[in-house]
Amino acid sequence: MTTGLQAHLVSGRDNGFALDVPLEIAPGHTVALLGPNGAGKSTVVSLLAGLLPLDTGRISLDGRTLDDPTGNVFVPPEERGIGVVFQDYVLFPHLTVKENVAFGLRSRKVSRREAAERATKWLQRVDLAGLGDGKPGDLSGGQKQRVALARALIAEPRLLLLDEPLAALDATTRVELRRTLDDHLEHFPGPRLLITHDPTEAFLLADQIHVMEDGAVTQVGTADDIRLRPRTPYIADLAGSNLVTGTASGGIVATATHDLHVGDTRIAGPVLATIHPRAISIHRHQPEGSPRNTWETVVSRIEHYGDRVRLQTGDPLPLTAEITPNAVDALRLTEDAVVWVSIKATEIGVEAD
Amino acid sequence: MTDRATEVRRKTSRPPALVMVLALLGLAVFVVPLVGLLARTPWQDLPELLTEEVVADALRLSLIASLGATAISAVVGVPLALVLARVDFPGRSIVRGLVLLPLVVPPVVGGAALLFALGRRGVIGEPLYEATGLVLPFSTWGVVIATTFVAMPFLVITVEGALRNLDPRFEGAAASLGAGRWTVLRRVTLPMIAPSLAAGLLLTWARALGEFGATITFAGNLQGRTQTMPLAVFVALESDRDTAVALSLIMVVISLTVLVVLRERWWPSR
Repeated sequence: MTTGLQAHLVSGRDNGFALDVPLEIAPGHTVALLGPNGAGKSTVVSLLAGLLPLDTGRISLDGRTLDDPTGNVFVPPEERGIGVVFQDYVLFPHLTVKENVAFGLRSRKVSRREAAERATKWLQRVDLAGLGDGKPGDLSGGQKQRVALARALIAEPRLLLLDEPLAALDATTRVELRRTLDDHLEHFPGPRLLITHDPTEAFLLADQIHVMEDGAVTQVGTADDIRLRPRTPYIADLAGSNLVTGTASGGIVATATHDLHVGDTRIAGPVLATIHPRAISIHRHQPEGSPRNTWETVVSRIEHYGDRVRLQTGDPLPLTAEITPNAVDALRLTEDAVVWVSIKATEIGVEAD
Repeated sequence: MTDRATEVRRKTSRPPALVMVLALLGLAVFVVPLVGLLARTPWQDLPELLTEEVVADALRLSLIASLGATAISAVVGVPLALVLARVDFPGRSIVRGLVLLPLVVPPVVGGAALLFALGRRGVIGEPLYEATGLVLPFSTWGVVIATTFVAMPFLVITVEGALRNLDPRFEGAAASLGAGRWTVLRRVTLPMIAPSLAAGLLLTWARALGEFGATITFAGNLQGRTQTMPLAVFVALESDRDTAVALSLIMVVISLTVLVVLRERWWPSR
């Protein structure tokens, strides 16, 4: 029997916006669907969850066909066994937190008592013990997210859909919850689909990334494939940022091979530094000026994308830089050329890892 | 909060003077008739007037008619609102217009139409009478039907509006959690529109209590059988003004009590 999700989602041919997304997710794997707003990501959620029917294509989960217009199969949402963490969570405001979590069990005719007991256990698992009797309206964004996760997971779905699970949170909470989310995803045995517009989220939580633009998948690959070899300008812009992990203290982020000066002097401990390729300057000779970070390296690779060029630099800190074709000519850059890299400390984004 | 802060907040949030004056005029529209009624009330004779048979009969019929109409509206009006809000069918705008018609058409016309339909010689009334011997006009059932006709639109439009404003993702979330359509309706849709549903029921009941035209046309004005409070007031104004005033006072007291109590309970003012 085939396990996991096999889907080819085609929708909206007649109303101007066409969506055509092939998806395959093995059990235990997380695929991220990364794309800008309006790319049709939420439509993917509706199609998979059965809130919208396919126009053509097919959805099958663990060998069972859920939607197949040619075969005239349509399994209604309540029979699909797909857990959804909706964008903004969509918790039921009239029910208590515990009743929200127990909802999926009560719908499946589990007795009131057993449902309440299992909901209480789940609330403990997501660190919300003691908050079960309150209403969702009394919770913080991060707490709501965990309730939504518990509500989706309690009924042991075959597929977990997460629609922008971190978008409604502020930056600090986001980092914290990304980690708890990662833990919970680890424990979920089925296939998981993460819908997001945030490349960092996709890179950290997913095994494979599908980039989606205007209703179509434009690139599929691992985080490294996407970052190092972006196929479209959108991917280069949004997902092509350099990510560096290290330990921060006093305005310095120490990575395994190199120390970076960063603008944020207060952050300390494990961090994730992001450097946009356009924030990196390339020089033929050692530059003298305000940028705090300069080092000598070699160009390991040059790739042309129309009116821009992406360079990969070598040790001590391999990065992707983006410059214009004119700059490449003026500096007479070739692969293996020796160059100097410079980055202003303030251009390096730092957040707790 | 300090006293000064409260004071400042009170002053800065107050609307301009002209608005205050117009608001007072608006209030006068409601208060003046009430003052007139209270001024004309024969307080001394009131206990005696209130125990008159005609008053007790009218009160009983008014309660039966208004509560009966509200109950029927709840049973068939809520489903109608659900269909109008959720089912896309040809002619939906026409159906919606039909539902609103009783709000616009004079109740007398509605009563006449009911007579042509359900009267003993009516399109439906005649076969109904021949089959069962049931005569709706000039019966208590007739009062309930006429009242329902006039009052139900309030429930349908309130509930339909609430359903349209409900984020469909709540129902989607419930379905994805395994809830069938009945469960979604019972555990999510209806509880989430409960405040509007309550408001709609209250409006329906209020309209039903004051219903006059359709009732008198379709069900007549028979004391103890079809004579509700408004009808009794109308009759008493011609013959016995003191009784008319007493009846009016009862209606005002009942309505005001219900409105104040329920309003505070369902939409507490902050």
